[in-house]
Amino acid sequence: MSRLVPHPWLSLGLICLWLLLTAPTPGYLILGMAIALIAGRALAPLEPQALRLRHPGAILKLAGIVTVDIVRSNAAVSWLILTNGRSDHRRSGFVHIQLRARKPETLAILALIVTATPGTAWLEHDPESGVMLLHVFDLIDEAEWQDTIRNRYEALLLEIFE
Amino acid sequence: MTGFQDIPLWIAVPVALFLLLGSTLSMLGAFGLMRLKSFYDRLHAPTLATSWGTAGIVLASILLTSWLQGRLVLHDLVIALFVMLTTPVTLMLLGRAALNRDRAEGAPLPPAMPAGEDPPAP
Repeated sequence: MSRLVPHPWLSLGLICLWLLLTAPTPGYLILGMAIALIAGRALAPLEPQALRLRHPGAILKLAGIVTVDIVRSNAAVSWLILTNGRSDHRRSGFVHIQLRARKPETLAILALIVTATPGTAWLEHDPESGVMLLHVFDLIDEAEWQDTIRNRYEALLLEIFE
Repeated sequence: MTGFQDIPLWIAVPVALFLLLGSTLSMLGAFGLMRLKSFYDRLHAPTLATSWGTAGIVLASILLTSWLQGRLVLHDLVIALFVMLTTPVTLMLLGRAALNRDRAEGAPLPPAMPAGEDPPAP
């Protein structure tokens, strides 16, 4: 199984993408499967470690949390831009956050979440110490952001990937 | 345009609402990009357009094309997916370039990475 399909999640994702872009007919499904298998085999020598996902419940929970947070922060940042940042009271700033995540896929998804949420921008990450530099648009309490990133997102990501 | 006059109200209203939401957020993002003062602040404004700005327009497009073609048309989702996947790359590239520039010039703002200290484990 792992010989034939070294990257099952990648292959599955490619099949879905292929069917979305073409049409969900049996012919395209077979073609898509062939492409997905070849792509998986091609990636295997470059990236021998296949992605392992655990705790499907955690994935759903994280997706829900992130969706809600994106809507909330969209509203918050729009409001700040419209009101010119409550005149002069808005303070933006940098926050250093010590991450526990080490795997590249965990860090990539965390960066996706942080970027997709308006108001926070991932600037830098030091792979040796695991410290990430975050820029926050409306910075009120640094400890609160450290807690949000580490416990709201990273904890669930660690459950899923590591 | 063909068939646009036949669209029932219950589909036209959500399509219009999503389209308005998406375009308003994209405009706000562009507006913020123009108005905000510092470079790092300006990084945040376009993420309005890449999150719900894109999502709103994509949802409107899915609803409308699905109705017009009489089947579920989902390939617009791929746009949202790729916008979401590629935004962090550009954003980080710009952010790190700015950080490097500021550090080289000795600007006080971005502090250097501390060597793995503080935040206590939860």
